[in-house]
Amino acid sequence: MKKIANKNTPKLKKGLAQMLKGGVIMDVVNAEQAKIAEDAGAVAVMALERVPSDIRKQGGVARMSDPKMIREIMKAVTIPVMAKVRIGHFVEAQILESMGVDYIDESEVLTPADMKYHVDKSKFKLPFVCGARNLGEALRRINEGAAMIRTKGEAGTGNVVEAVTHMRKISEEITCLRKMTDASLKKYAKEERVPLELVKEVKKLGRLTVVNFAAGGIATPADAAMMMQLGCDGIFVGSGIFKSSNPKARAKAIVEATLHFDNPEILAKCSEGLGEAMESLEMDKLDQKYAERGW
Amino acid sequence: MKIGVLDIQGSVEEHILMLKKCGIEPVSVKTSEDLKGLKGLIIPGGESTTIGKLLKRFGLFDEIIERAGKGMAIWGTCAGAILLAKNVVGEEGKIAVESLGLMNICIERNAYGRQVDSFETEIEFCFFGKNRGAKTRKIPAVFIRAPKIVSVGSGAKVLARDGAEVVAVLQGKFLATTFHPEMTDDLSVHQFFGAICGGI
Repeated sequence: MKKIANKNTPKLKKGLAQMLKGGVIMDVVNAEQAKIAEDAGAVAVMALERVPSDIRKQGGVARMSDPKMIREIMKAVTIPVMAKVRIGHFVEAQILESMGVDYIDESEVLTPADMKYHVDKSKFKLPFVCGARNLGEALRRINEGAAMIRTKGEAGTGNVVEAVTHMRKISEEITCLRKMTDASLKKYAKEERVPLELVKEVKKLGRLTVVNFAAGGIATPADAAMMMQLGCDGIFVGSGIFKSSNPKARAKAIVEATLHFDNPEILAKCSEGLGEAMESLEMDKLDQKYAERGW
Repeated sequence: MKIGVLDIQGSVEEHILMLKKCGIEPVSVKTSEDLKGLKGLIIPGGESTTIGKLLKRFGLFDEIIERAGKGMAIWGTCAGAILLAKNVVGEEGKIAVESLGLMNICIERNAYGRQVDSFETEIEFCFFGKNRGAKTRKIPAVFIRAPKIVSVGSGAKVLARDGAEVVAVLQGKFLATTFHPEMTDDLSVHQFFGAICGGI
């Protein structure tokens, strides 16, 4: 009898994210940066042409990166490679899938391509990660097939405040959910436009049904450790590493801080002498909040 | 009996939950202090480059090798299996994994391909024990960006294959599986490792 091997199942899609838990995923724009990230101990890299802080500065429509550059990064490292598509841009996702990247990020950092629909992620072989500011948004993305969630935070700012807000919001809403009666759960599911079964599953687990990383504004080892203490499963660092004065040292330090997030002595040691952090921005000075993209 | 789960990154929670279900007390291992009094250690799935580097940076690397020499059992799943291997291949021109080198096997990283090539299947696993012979049973097996054990040296016994590929090897008290029993509801490999730690 021939044995059956199943591929691209929800278990495998969520499973890869589970293997990344406790780790740091770093934005890189070329093979050289990808190698620095891997050498520092990153669990995966996000391949993109411009890091969020440059997208902010330069403006214009931000799109999926050049496949050539993504392929070069895939060749350079052994860790998983992720790449971004615009919200709703299912053809960019088809292209990335054909190239065999390991994870697709349907990202608010790029300019949205569809003002009504996100990509129907359940139709794809590859797993997707999506941003969320609150529980309802996270559940809508999971219901569309996302196998991993990250807080949106506010990318390209070097300011952790929004990531903190979003992580706390999701945690608080899950705490509320746990106290809800069946009638309130039904009402909640309806209001948030998500299946009741998914809401019940989150109530039972006391957490999201997929891995939840923190992203958007993490710039220091202390930022990463704070997000870990707030209960996220791992860390995305975008502009924070390669826009700082000493990317190698900072990358290594953020990896170490994510591991020893609850040990202030080690955190003090790995925060030492890292040079300047990335150029940062205050929320009320922003022309545009990327977190508001997506629905 | 206490069994540790190396808590650097990866499927740590999953292994801890499985051990609890087996009635074994799990210990999260982040520092060399945490290794004290452990009968066994599980190195979970994750990224082998990351785990290897952090083992070195925080002094756990040599401590694990020393304790393994004194009889601590070790089970590596996926990335953990890579870390147990004496030889790691498939990384020419790339950053090499710093493996513990405790098992006489040669392993090739990402040998099935990328995430799109990850798969779930069933395998025949031989639960072999010195004092109780061998019992073979079918178990579910989840392979995520898995490595392949490309050769098995002296003293190492093959416990399971998927088709032609070796997917589980036992050498004394060291167990390597290229798949993830912690990602299923089947407790048998965790119970088996518990028995190895108990000296059965």
